[in-house]
Amino acid sequence: MNEMTTIARPTTLKDWETDQEVRWCPGCGDYAILKAVQRTMPEIGTAPENTVFISGIGCSSRFPYYMETYGFHTIHGRAPAFATGLKLANPGLDIWIVTGDGDGLSIGGNHTMHLIRRNLDCQIMLFNNEIYGLTKGQYSPTSRVGTTSPSTPYGSVDRPAQPAAFALGAGARFVARGFDVSKELPNVLKAAHAHKGAAFIEIFQNCIVYNKDVFEDFAAPKGAEDRQLWLKQGEPMLYAKGTKGIALDAEALHLKTVDVVDGDWEAAGVIVHDVTNRSVAHMLVEMRFGEFPMALGVLYDDPRPTFEADVVRQNKAAAEGKKADLQGLLKKGQTWTVTEGGPEL
Amino acid sequence: MATAVADEAGKRQSPLSDAVVVRFAGDSGDGMQLTGGQFTLSSALAGNDFATFPDFPAEIRAPQGTLFGVSAFQINFGSSAIDTAGDAPDVLVAMNPAALKTNVPQLKQGGLIIADEGEFNDRNLAKAKYDANPLEDGSLAKWQLLKLNISQLTMDAVKPFGLGNKEALRCKNMWTLGLSLWMFDRDRQPLIDWLNAKFAKDPNLAAANVAALNAGHAYGETAELAGPLKQQHVDPAPAAPGLYRTLTGAEGIALGLVAGAQLAKLPMFFGGYPITPASAILHHLSRLKEYDVTTFQAEDEIAAICSAIGASYGGSLGVTSSSGPGIALKGEAMGLAIMTELPLVIVNSQRGGPSTGLPTKTEQSDLYQAVYGRNGDAPMPVIAARSPGDAFECAIEAVRIAVQYMTPVMLLTDGYIANAAEPWAVPDLTAYEAFPVEFLTEVPEGGFKPYGRDENLKRPWVKPGTPGLLHRIGGIEKEVDTGHINYAPANHQAMTDIRKDKIDGVKVPDQVVELGAEGGRLAVVGWGSTFGPIHQAVRRQRAQGADVSHIHIRHIWPLPANLGELLKSYEKVIVPEMNTGQLKTVLRDQYLVDAKPVNKVSGQPFTIAEIEAAIEGALG
Repeated sequence: MNEMTTIARPTTLKDWETDQEVRWCPGCGDYAILKAVQRTMPEIGTAPENTVFISGIGCSSRFPYYMETYGFHTIHGRAPAFATGLKLANPGLDIWIVTGDGDGLSIGGNHTMHLIRRNLDCQIMLFNNEIYGLTKGQYSPTSRVGTTSPSTPYGSVDRPAQPAAFALGAGARFVARGFDVSKELPNVLKAAHAHKGAAFIEIFQNCIVYNKDVFEDFAAPKGAEDRQLWLKQGEPMLYAKGTKGIALDAEALHLKTVDVVDGDWEAAGVIVHDVTNRSVAHMLVEMRFGEFPMALGVLYDDPRPTFEADVVRQNKAAAEGKKADLQGLLKKGQTWTVTEGGPEL
Repeated sequence: MATAVADEAGKRQSPLSDAVVVRFAGDSGDGMQLTGGQFTLSSALAGNDFATFPDFPAEIRAPQGTLFGVSAFQINFGSSAIDTAGDAPDVLVAMNPAALKTNVPQLKQGGLIIADEGEFNDRNLAKAKYDANPLEDGSLAKWQLLKLNISQLTMDAVKPFGLGNKEALRCKNMWTLGLSLWMFDRDRQPLIDWLNAKFAKDPNLAAANVAALNAGHAYGETAELAGPLKQQHVDPAPAAPGLYRTLTGAEGIALGLVAGAQLAKLPMFFGGYPITPASAILHHLSRLKEYDVTTFQAEDEIAAICSAIGASYGGSLGVTSSSGPGIALKGEAMGLAIMTELPLVIVNSQRGGPSTGLPTKTEQSDLYQAVYGRNGDAPMPVIAARSPGDAFECAIEAVRIAVQYMTPVMLLTDGYIANAAEPWAVPDLTAYEAFPVEFLTEVPEGGFKPYGRDENLKRPWVKPGTPGLLHRIGGIEKEVDTGHINYAPANHQAMTDIRKDKIDGVKVPDQVVELGAEGGRLAVVGWGSTFGPIHQAVRRQRAQGADVSHIHIRHIWPLPANLGELLKSYEKVIVPEMNTGQLKTVLRDQYLVDAKPVNKVSGQPFTIAEIEAAIEGALG
């Protein structure tokens, strides 16, 4: 989010659509995410001209062409660096970074880490489809062990990165999860925008061509109640229609699932979600799906001063009381004057 | 360089008879760069013209006494125009055996060695790989040798101040400086003032250093009759009246960039990543916040340029800086800046390559990289600075071209220019014509075209945040005018042609002949920091009646419009470069001239004698 969150002119979904033909594969999860963003922007209430979408390279990175805002489709993995320069040049802009698992965690992992560490005020939407789509289906840094792909015909052997855990480990002050067709996605986006600082959102996205339905195990509508834990600030971590919850195994210092009898979640020891609890956030991002439901929504949200605000403050302080007298600056240092009589200090 | 009023070839019989070259060499920890820097100031105050050459190892704290840990500082000062740091030293100050061993081969025959014999002990001799003590075995017979126990003399001089052994020995460089000041009849007071200011917090240490300085000076006075030490006075060089300062290339670039941004009426954003020898530019700019400068130390070279492009997109003047290896990493982003037609200045302080190469040594081997080093047809203007003072002018020129043509521009300097100091007549900024940028702020007549163009083929610069001009840019091929994605064959042809025509059309001044006639038997064509040795060599050869001219190219790309005709007006063209023949290739390609290479890639600048030999060889 940024300072310019209120505008006089209300917008509708149409105001955020460009005239460009959308060029993702039919059925791609990106369509749903695009619509969710375009639907959310009017509710957030920023002005399109103060909004910039910046992307790297990959399927997700075509996103800016379809948003009627300012947009910069940059180079592979480097969107965070462009965003940093732009935000420092104009801290008033509302910047959204669109990246993917390959773009943001493989070639651009370094920049993602440093953007988060510095806490630049922006939203980072990482579309995680666990595959390289645009280059025709190679396994990615988030692909599960054993993923067969053109580059791993016998199955991938390397362990996948966990985006949310990566972000939190890099020092993120906001970590959230959602998925492409989820009705909750706009709420996650709004929360991310409301957070002042780097807001990291992992969005599970279905690549119907190269990794079809890889998230069906938790994203499928049927049985979703049992497999999705939607976290809400101040509410107990319940799922399966309130019959199950997440509690802390205080002795082993890890999370566990517990049965909730007759709705008495307190008796079962279910944790109340506090978005500012960093220790619990570390456990939530590490919660293994299968043994646990998939943790979704805002996992962590505890703002601190942003990078650009600190830079602006320091620049101002350093310039305080000084005149921008370049001619004077040129005359500084070891100087002497040559006169007809020769040089003198 | 020349602060002196340009003296025409032939007016002077032996232009260097009134100049002296002194080389201070010691261990990395002996403070030789500081000694050299202060001696430089003293030369300036004595009215001499000068050029310096700091030559130091890549290691920060190399093991003491080793050959690779030697740090040296050479200064050439005189009463006429000085263009180079000098070929061969007249005086070598060697603070230990390693310094003697690595530097004495360059000393002029009959030159003076001043050696600190206190450091010529068995341990240091072994480290320098001497079997016998060269101060004793007669191996230095072809030079004059002055052995002094500088270590002991310094210890004695600072004894009253109660310093520890180590601290006391650190005053050695001031003792040496004191002796040097006496040798060249220099005033000590400015140095004493400087020491008192430097050690203001520790008056005792200041006093000890002053005492060492005075002791060195007094030693010169009393030893005069005893040895080869003689006092020499070098008259002031004729210089136009005005205010002067010493300027290094890194300072010249930093100040020039600030001046350029002011002339363009833009805030500056500098994205950098630490690398030798480019970091000094980042350091200088980091202290200039009041000039609307934002500096950003990025996580890597790629992020440094990308952040600068992001800032340019936002309406700042984006600048990034590095050296060869870092420039290689920035290549893809340069292509994006070319594709999205955003202004950007990329400074390359060249060093010895390839790969890590010679980080602290100078070379000019990134010309191909600058002109050709990107994927696709990716033309970009390239400018090369010839000296620290010229770096100031070139930085302004780079900013001007970047904003007037909406293009990245590469500014080439090198390790020699970056570190060397020269006297610089402080320019009057009001003499520079401003080139304020006009952003597009509303839909023009006929509609808004993000890739529409003016007579320079420049596209409009629109800041995000501007209502009514929303658009998207990126690295995929753009449609003519609209800037939409377009892969059509005819469109790519058209856009490639436009990008080429735009850069070909960048207006650069006609090439002038620095010295000598337009047309004749031989042109010596140079670029960058070889200016000094080429200029002196051509001057000397002309004084002896040779038909030779010096042409020095600032605009490497696009080349000056008249250059082809100019080169063809000479029977022969030679191109001295500190690489294996890169400008030579470009000139041959562009003009079909039979340019002959003269190459040196030792990490050291050309000597005047080497260029003279090349001239004599070419003239036969």
